Amino acid sequence: MASGVKPRVKVPASASAGEVITIKTLISHQMESGQRKDSDGNKIPRSIINRFTCDFNGENVIDVTMEPAISTNPYFEFQATVPETGEFKFTWYDDDGSVYEDSKPITVG
Amino acid sequence: MDFTRREALAMGAGAALVSFLPFRANAAAVDDLIAEFTGGAEMADRGVELIAPEIAENGNTVPIEVSAPGASAILVLAAGNPTPPVAKFAFGPLAGSQTASTRIRLAGTQDVIAIAQLGDGTFARTSKTIKVTIGGCGG
Amino acid sequence: MLRTTTALAVGLIATATLGWADADENELVVNGEIEITTHAPAPAYVDGLTEIYSGWRFREPDTQLTQMDDFDNPAFLAVDAAQITWDTVEGEAGKSCASCHGDVMESMKGVRATYPKWNETAGEVRTLAMQINDCRTENLKAEPYDYTSGKMTAMEALISVPSRGMPVNVAVDGPVQSTWEQGKEMYYTRYGQLELSCANCHEDNYGNYIRADHLSQGQINGFPVYRLKNTKLNQVQDRFQGCIRDTRAETFSAGSPEFVALELYVASRGNGLGVEAPSVRN
Repeated sequence: MASGVKPRVKVPASASAGEVITIKTLISHQMESGQRKDSDGNKIPRSIINRFTCDFNGENVIDVTMEPAISTNPYFEFQATVPETGEFKFTWYDDDGSVYEDSKPITVG
Repeated sequence: MDFTRREALAMGAGAALVSFLPFRANAAAVDDLIAEFTGGAEMADRGVELIAPEIAENGNTVPIEVSAPGASAILVLAAGNPTPPVAKFAFGPLAGSQTASTRIRLAGTQDVIAIAQLGDGTFARTSKTIKVTIGGCGG
Repeated sequence: MLRTTTALAVGLIATATLGWADADENELVVNGEIEITTHAPAPAYVDGLTEIYSGWRFREPDTQLTQMDDFDNPAFLAVDAAQITWDTVEGEAGKSCASCHGDVMESMKGVRATYPKWNETAGEVRTLAMQINDCRTENLKAEPYDYTSGKMTAMEALISVPSRGMPVNVAVDGPVQSTWEQGKEMYYTRYGQLELSCANCHEDNYGNYIRADHLSQGQINGFPVYRLKNTKLNQVQDRFQGCIRDTRAETFSAGSPEFVALELYVASRGNGLGVEAPSVRN
């Protein structure tokens, strides 16, 4: 994966206590399936993001096991309950051992 | 070499069998994956929903949404892909709903299957046939 | 969720299923606020059309929806990357794009709508890609981008963003007229072993199927385009090459005088449509 590419994450800046909000995430990644061949006919080895998690103040929202059938530039949309002011933490785990992280604060008022 | 009509037919039948083999292998793989997730439990017809286009304009990027109120996890499989697993969504205590959307790859027209482990520990299954169109020009 | 349960989505699906053959009647509004014209009267100089439609009108509702929110539109990964490039010093002059042009969302407003256009100093018709490279080599003293490279399409996409919704308005007369005439002649020239002109598909047969695909008018108000097929931004002249190759012809090179002329002419056929770039297509 190219370095310096920031994931795109959409979280509202504020919510009321206990409100259910929608979160969208998108990250730049080739998601090489391991099924394709290069011009010499050699199989291109699999190289994907294999797991995505979203947590809020240390509690889990969603934990996704990802397979090569997830499209290039993986996109997820899901919902979270916001009990209090805090921070969403997003983590993507690459086959190569890299971990990509992002976080978004949200204010309950 | 001369072939009789009978030999040609027999060869054709053999070729047809060979061409079906991957699908058989996949069917077994899909059954195994389901059994691994459910532990062989019965699956209800209701309790999980899969929303996907009837016709996908390109198999490389097909939007899907799965939903199963109260579920702890939803497994998604593409029965006609070279490797059927697509994703498993596990919902934590702060999930606002047991719903998730993503974009997936489909090798061709096929059934996509969603299986949910519901709040009471039972399982539910649904599937949908998604037609994948072939591009006009390949350009 | 949003994709499937909003009134908007339901509306899209409902109207899209009514008529499959022709352009549909859906309205394109991005982020709930940028209204983009996707259907307009054809300019008087387009002999073969009375109405012009954006390619967006020919796509399935799911593809259409992907373009209606910048967080759903994967092209914005490239836009984000280009924004970093815009602000980063590069080349021997020690400048970034921002050194001269400041905030891209302000300084580049309207730019995408008028390209390709005449450059008086150089005495030539320039595409946006040519102008970007001229800026890089002359002002930044940096290496030019390859014409259809990812870096180039990302920068074109970034520069297009502030013009979204503005009507395409390229000049067709004055100093560009001879280039425009050359482009027009190319548009109606049959190329390749299949002997197909641009017009054979995109003027005579838009709305019809080519295999399982729905032919558009070949408008370029959405370029660069994120295609679901190759999951990346596609440069307009890269697309021209694809089209001509599919007629089984030797294609022109990206950035060649022929393709500059063709891009000017094809852009002018979309005068009146809104700038959509970066758009999403199949």
